[in-house]
Amino acid sequence: MERVSVARKVLGENDRLAAELRARFREHGIFCLNLISSPGSGKTSLLEKTLEALPRAERVAVLTGDIQTDNDARRLARFGFPVQQITTGGACHLDARMVERALSEWRLADLDILFIENVGNLVCPTSYDLGEAVKVVVLSVTEGEDKPLKYPGIFAKAGLMVLNKIDLLPYVPFDIALARENARRVHPDVRIVEVSCTTGEGLDGWLGWLKEQREAARVAAAKQTG
Amino acid sequence: MHELSIAQSVLAAVRAEAERRPGARVCKVGLRVGELAGLDPEALRFGFEVLVRGTELEALQLEIEHCPRRQRCPQCGNEFIARDYEITCPGCGAARTECMGGDELEIAYLEIEEEALKAENSSS
Repeated sequence: MERVSVARKVLGENDRLAAELRARFREHGIFCLNLISSPGSGKTSLLEKTLEALPRAERVAVLTGDIQTDNDARRLARFGFPVQQITTGGACHLDARMVERALSEWRLADLDILFIENVGNLVCPTSYDLGEAVKVVVLSVTEGEDKPLKYPGIFAKAGLMVLNKIDLLPYVPFDIALARENARRVHPDVRIVEVSCTTGEGLDGWLGWLKEQREAARVAAAKQTG
Repeated sequence: MHELSIAQSVLAAVRAEAERRPGARVCKVGLRVGELAGLDPEALRFGFEVLVRGTELEALQLEIEHCPRRQRCPQCGNEFIARDYEITCPGCGAARTECMGGDELEIAYLEIEEEALKAENSSS
């Protein structure tokens, strides 16, 4: 019996494709975000509010993943930006291959921001790199403030945490200070914005962050080609 | 519940490795799974058993090594295992430490029986 070392990543093929996507995004100065949350935390609502607020001249596109139905794509297409639904047909996450296939429909040179709305799930999407610049985790105040501790994988990897549904704070026992503290225990540098997609409160902070990141991606691409 | 597709990827890698060694039989595969990888080892094991049943890999054993979250202190260079989300440096008390590992999801090793290969060589 011989033992041979392999040291091969199980998702090596996905990582390879994701790295290719990341290089293409970088080359075109596209800021790509991968939105991850439990089902019902408000990823689609956040995107609706975002698309509604963006000027029509913004070069933005959305890929939205679900196990079944194109309901989300229909909700998001109302704003006039290119939207594509990826139905995974059972898979609990998007992978880099699905993103690559969907992107073949669009010219990357026409985009500045690409939103990828993952399948609602705090566990599986965490393992699959999609080539994004940043993972954004959405947590709503109708969930438990201990979610960062229960699902440390995604909270450790997310660059931004969006605390959604803050208009409901008076009606739920959610301790927002504790939620922030829990997120920072898992990820001390995570940025946090608080929003309500119903009242619009706090959306300026989210949109400001988005603008800042898009600008950084643009500058980085200009440097690369310049 | 993506353990089944992870198990599929593991078996694809095992088959690729077996193809590179004609006549050899892969007896065991060792995985390293980090605590931040978001995988349940029991579900992975179950998916694995379902997938190998009735195939040439039916006898393949699976060993899973659990990898805890490891941190490094930029102040004093201390490396330590973070337990219960405590990432403060136990050496110097620095609150900010860097994550060094814990999201592993990799095939560490294969155990290969070369007997089949040798038998084949000696008969030819």
